Amino acid sequence: MHLMKEEERILKGECGEGTQKAMELLVAIGDAYDAEKMIPISRAHAASSGQEGDLYFVELLANGGARCKVPTSTNPVYDIEYFDDLFDFIPKDEAEVARRVMEAYKRVGAILSWSCVPYLAENIPLYGEIVAFSESSATPYVNSVIGARTNREAAQSALAAGVVGKTPKYGLHIKENRKGTHLIKVEAALKDEFDYTLLGYYVGKQIGYGIPVFTGVTRQPSTEELINFCAMSNVSGAISMFYIPGFTIEAKTVKEAFQGDTPVDEITVTDRELKQACEELQTISGKIDFVMLGCPHYTLKQVEEVARLLDGKKIHDGVSFWVCTSATTKMLAERTGYVDIIERAGGHVVVDTCIDEPCWIAYKNKVGMTDSPKCAYYRRFKDVIVSRLQDCIEAAIKGKCE
Amino acid sequence: MKSSETILKCHKIIGGYGEGEALVSHEPICFYLTDPKTGVVREKGHELAGKNLAGKVLVFPSGKASSVVQIDGLFKLASHNVAPKAMIVKDVETVLVVSAFMVKVPLVDRLERDPFEAIQTGDFVKVDAEKGTVTIKRQ
Repeated sequence: MHLMKEEERILKGECGEGTQKAMELLVAIGDAYDAEKMIPISRAHAASSGQEGDLYFVELLANGGARCKVPTSTNPVYDIEYFDDLFDFIPKDEAEVARRVMEAYKRVGAILSWSCVPYLAENIPLYGEIVAFSESSATPYVNSVIGARTNREAAQSALAAGVVGKTPKYGLHIKENRKGTHLIKVEAALKDEFDYTLLGYYVGKQIGYGIPVFTGVTRQPSTEELINFCAMSNVSGAISMFYIPGFTIEAKTVKEAFQGDTPVDEITVTDRELKQACEELQTISGKIDFVMLGCPHYTLKQVEEVARLLDGKKIHDGVSFWVCTSATTKMLAERTGYVDIIERAGGHVVVDTCIDEPCWIAYKNKVGMTDSPKCAYYRRFKDVIVSRLQDCIEAAIKGKCE
Repeated sequence: MKSSETILKCHKIIGGYGEGEALVSHEPICFYLTDPKTGVVREKGHELAGKNLAGKVLVFPSGKASSVVQIDGLFKLASHNVAPKAMIVKDVETVLVVSAFMVKVPLVDRLERDPFEAIQTGDFVKVDAEKGTVTIKRQ
């Protein structure tokens, strides 16, 4: 990879050790892909996770004096104070890792969004912007719905790009690599958010890696439907980009999405495939101990829907009820009155927190219910039933899933 | 017994030097699905299931799984001192580069011959990423 003088200086350590380490990682990635040069980015999103590997790298940069050069948001870890007050048995060493991770991201000057949907509020790219966004729903959403350009980054490569303000030019930064690979003919009705969850799960499983192009989608999918598709297609597969010509921005037609080429494969999705996917996910029924919503973090509209369904109702004594969202969304939900309704029904609305964190250890041997296959996938719990939001709420009130 | 030595050129991704017994996997590897304390592969149905990655020169087609689990998986192996000594891959992607970078394990690709033909499990392999060479000694 050809480096400019200033990039060489960073690599030699003349701009500090932390930035040097970030540059070393970017150069290794550039070399792996034979990138010709580095290109400036305007923002980044680091999928911080509160794990030991995450801690090692962010502290390496922070202790070396690195600071983010462009706005760089962060993924949820967990709300340490909130959970400390509730449970006194969160493993001390894991809590300490989470605390240090959150502190180190502050030291490198990241935007402490602790949200996995930063592209909705805290860190929003524009069409055509060159960015480095990690996180399973963020990469495809930013590429496809917004039409910005990002590779499928790891937390560390995104943070390194945020610190240096550049990324190697490879992969989805090159137009011909943004070409569609699979044609997906939708014959299913796609009624609601959960149908898009199932569509993402099914398509990801069918094609693995690839850039699907959809036909047969008859109305503009909502923000929430698109988020669900993005997140779930990266649980069962690795979809960094997709096209719904007519509704997503980058290609107006199917032909344009394939850049004139023919698809490597064609797949038809009917209601039957979605029903099958749903049955695969609903493994058990009976008594439940908790309901977990907000993986990915719920939007304000989704929090409102939970409040509407719970208004005047009471969650069963044996069920803990959780809605995970961003601090920005919770502030609005509080102001609008949704949080009050959910709390009066016996539920929690919690910020900064991911489903895959040590704070949930109380439910290790418990059975839960969620509307998110991604939540079930992490396997932090004994068993998790995946179903529509309405079913989750009904089960939370009754104490069981029928 | 006669032993032969072959030296092949390769492409450096993460620098350094590592040597050890080769362990060849024809299937992609997820480091999270190994025992972090011993390096034994725990993934059900994987061709390396029950085999130990610790101290080996790992030859495999590519990584797999989400970035968080893959990176944390290799990081945990390294912190228990049971990571591979070097890695030779066919198809590299961002997450694997980051994983190897974090634990300072040499990572190379583009071996001048198909690595699955050139290397067998049990060969003694030296990976000199800086020089861009892989030396294979059949025992």
